[in-house]
Amino acid sequence: MKKLFISHEQAKHICDKRQYDEATFPERVKLSIRIAWCRLTKAYSKKNNELTSTIKQADMSCLNQTEREKLQHQFEKELRKL
Amino acid sequence: MTPNHKLNPNNWIKLYSDYLFNYTILRVNDREIAQDLVSETFLSGLKSIVNFKGKASERTWLTSILKRKIIDHYRKINSNKGKAVVKMHYKNTSEFEGDWLEERVADSFDKTAEGIIENSELGDAIYHCISKLPEKQAQIFKMKTIIGYETEVICNELDITSSNLWVQIHRARTALAACLEKNWFKA
Repeated sequence: MKKLFISHEQAKHICDKRQYDEATFPERVKLSIRIAWCRLTKAYSKKNNELTSTIKQADMSCLNQTEREKLQHQFEKELRKL
Repeated sequence: MTPNHKLNPNNWIKLYSDYLFNYTILRVNDREIAQDLVSETFLSGLKSIVNFKGKASERTWLTSILKRKIIDHYRKINSNKGKAVVKMHYKNTSEFEGDWLEERVADSFDKTAEGIIENSELGDAIYHCISKLPEKQAQIFKMKTIIGYETEVICNELDITSSNLWVQIHRARTALAACLEKNWFKA
């Protein structure tokens, strides 16, 4: 029973993992219990969920490692010519 | 305005490549073309260094070069398409004399254009906030949140522990939420 109750810090950690679908089922249960009675955790969770949907909405892209290295290589070649 | 901005090309890739790539891909919707346009932008930037007056920030200046590259890209595509339109779609009747058939057809792109612009502006705001994060933290956040790598892959790639990754992610998310609150939601 005691294991079902987690600290605010632990709840924040689980909440972060949940944004990336990496929280386990028991962790999600513990988080829900904490959210049910802790105002701070509830506020953190709400803000965190909002951030996730904002980022998803922006549909962002960035270069992967290989693409960045290719770009860097091309650029350095030109930079050396200066 | 007093010119007070300086250029430092050695940092361009590190600081602006992701921002410019995101800006481009939302507008051209093709990874390879986006990479080429960003690369051309940096190279044009290098060649135009002497023209930089210091009135705009490096990022704004590079973005203005990129905008011209994107316009040129579409101009190039459309110059070929335009020739085909003249042959195929010009309707020369008395009622519609001088009208283009395509002018009277609803453009499906317009329905989403507003959404694309809004997403692009939101993306710009998020990248602005990411640029304020410490370098390593920003890198971890982008790998995890934007590219979507597995935790294990990032840990192996950057030689960090999983608990260290989650600490960095937590700090990045907290800073981003505060930054967006100030610059996006309240703006």
